[in-house]
Amino acid sequence: MSILVHSNTKVLVQGITGSFGGVHAQHSLAYGTQIVAGVTPGKGGQSFNNQVPIFDTVGQAARETGATASAIFVPPAFAADAILEAIDAGLELVVCITEGIPVNDMVRVKRATADSKTRLIGPNCPGVVTPGEGEGSHGGCRIGIAPGYIHKKGNIGVVSRSGTLTYEAVWQLTSRGVGQSTCVGIGGDPVNGSSHLDIIKLFNEDPDTHGIIMIGEIGGAAEEEAAEWIKQHCKKPVAGFIAGATAPPGRRMGHAGAIVSGGKGTAAAKIEAFRQAGIGVADTPSSMADTLLKMM
Amino acid sequence: MNIHEYQAKQLLSQYGVTVPQGFPCTSADEVRKAAETLFSAGTQRVVIKSQTHAGGRGKGTFKNGFQGGVQLRANVEETVSTAQSMLGQTLVTKQTGEDGRLISTVLIEKASNIRRELYVAVLLDRDTSRPLIMASRAGGMDIEEVAAKTPEKIIKETIDPAIGMMPYQARKLAVALELTGPLINQATKLLLGLYKTWWECDASLVEVNPLCVVEGPDGADAIVAVDAKVSIDDNALYRHKNIQAMRDLAEEAPLETEASKYNLNYIKLDGSIACLVNGAGLAMATMDIIQHFGGSPANFLDVGGGATKEQVTAAFKIILNDPNVKAILVNIFGGIMRCDVIADGIVAAVKETHLNLPLVVRLEGNNVKVGQKILQESGLPLITGDTMADAAEKVVRSIQK
Repeated sequence: MSILVHSNTKVLVQGITGSFGGVHAQHSLAYGTQIVAGVTPGKGGQSFNNQVPIFDTVGQAARETGATASAIFVPPAFAADAILEAIDAGLELVVCITEGIPVNDMVRVKRATADSKTRLIGPNCPGVVTPGEGEGSHGGCRIGIAPGYIHKKGNIGVVSRSGTLTYEAVWQLTSRGVGQSTCVGIGGDPVNGSSHLDIIKLFNEDPDTHGIIMIGEIGGAAEEEAAEWIKQHCKKPVAGFIAGATAPPGRRMGHAGAIVSGGKGTAAAKIEAFRQAGIGVADTPSSMADTLLKMM
Repeated sequence: MNIHEYQAKQLLSQYGVTVPQGFPCTSADEVRKAAETLFSAGTQRVVIKSQTHAGGRGKGTFKNGFQGGVQLRANVEETVSTAQSMLGQTLVTKQTGEDGRLISTVLIEKASNIRRELYVAVLLDRDTSRPLIMASRAGGMDIEEVAAKTPEKIIKETIDPAIGMMPYQARKLAVALELTGPLINQATKLLLGLYKTWWECDASLVEVNPLCVVEGPDGADAIVAVDAKVSIDDNALYRHKNIQAMRDLAEEAPLETEASKYNLNYIKLDGSIACLVNGAGLAMATMDIIQHFGGSPANFLDVGGGATKEQVTAAFKIILNDPNVKAILVNIFGGIMRCDVIADGIVAAVKETHLNLPLVVRLEGNNVKVGQKILQESGLPLITGDTMADAAEKVVRSIQK
């Protein structure tokens, strides 16, 4: 098993005819992911690379192809609309890759979808990968922009706010012969769909996830919230790393959400919360995998 | 993006927030005109406020020796001569660093007789993903200090973004701020205006500190936003052309502005080891690991997912502009992009910039062996690192000789 997606998950891509969306749809197809539809308003009836049918709306695409998950690559100004359209179409999972969505748009989306059954991952995230059994984890489900081949099918869950730092952790595991159940990038924005905690709860219930790497960074209190829950309820070993101990307060470190403001969201506070919760803290980003493996 | 106080007040007054009567001025002539207008309308005193995004203006010192970036004056001539001591001068405050900021605009305002100072701000509450109004009866003070020492004095009201701020919420706040009588309705209008500014301008922060109860024209109490700070969500600037025009490049670090032209996210720090990384999380983590091994990072630099030759070259040029830099660490995780392409880019960039500082490169990912071979066979004196830890140790050691 895995969480969120598996090898048979049918995925549609919103913004498949854009350059970014197109490149990554192609990578996902090459990885063996079931990309069954694309959505670009006005291009319904055409096809992507003579392989994937394109529809005008998400609703049509889902009805015609049975897609249950979406990857969103539309530009920031149109992304909130695209997320709401995917939720309206009743998809189970919506993964928004788009970076640079206005915060207030996400405040609106979050409010409008408070009671929705759809799970939103992102925005501003690398996406979700459940590795497959083939060569270079081929045959898995790759939604987003992560390099597929660095993964290996196995039993470690990875959740992170950062893209390349997730790849770093995944690669450390794979290089040590340790595979992953599912890897989830929840995104670096201040308002996002799923939190660390939402994903940790899923890993906790997944029988094929035996250990968890949680990567956080400065800003907000999502890591502290997850740590508190882990302390009380988590049945599995968790190791973590917090990026940004050297970041100056008041500055946004690349990610819109990575900012220490008003003395809140510091790396020190998050690391302390990890320690209190019995989460293994990696001294450096080089030792994320080893820190977890020592606990298992 | 931050904007100046006078620009913030212009926005606020468009949304019905009462601000003191005032005029932004860039020359002595404009100051004279503004002062004459205010004094001839019966103003007793005017305040001259240096315009810079940096805080601590009042206690700042100009490089010409003039003390205080905010001054009260009681006649036209003194107002003009004071403004002349500020305009075109560099103000150093606790937030500017020793370089200070060039003051090219002063705000000339009617000074009010202040009876009470309050605090109010509108911001995003990340825990609820909703707007939050934060207020305090202790105005004029650093809100972080109030929150730390007397948290009970902080008043909070969460706004449902689907309905917006309701008048009853503003009234609740007004009463909690111990306002009474006609001030309740005045404060309600002002608070609703603050929220509307925050929401409609896509602000990340609207802060009024102090919000003042002052002596009104008829001697009765009135409520006025005496100071104002507004920052705008960069992601939303595309839909606010009027606010884009308020950007003041003189307030930004020149290297950071230069970096943004190449889609590089660069933040200058005080250390001596520069880093060049792809991805924000990995870039922060690279700074952290430099410190872990006893070095100190000179910057945050995220070249994005691609790390092309053009970007790496531009990044090296920016890094080399910082005289504190003694060594460079390149840490690239080549996911989709192949490491050999990245290595070619690094080699070309080193040659083009005639780099002569110790350079440690750590490449990982797609086609990494070919990438490392290109680096080793380039004939350049660069050092390769196998892991982040290995690379960080080597770069720290390179300057400890």
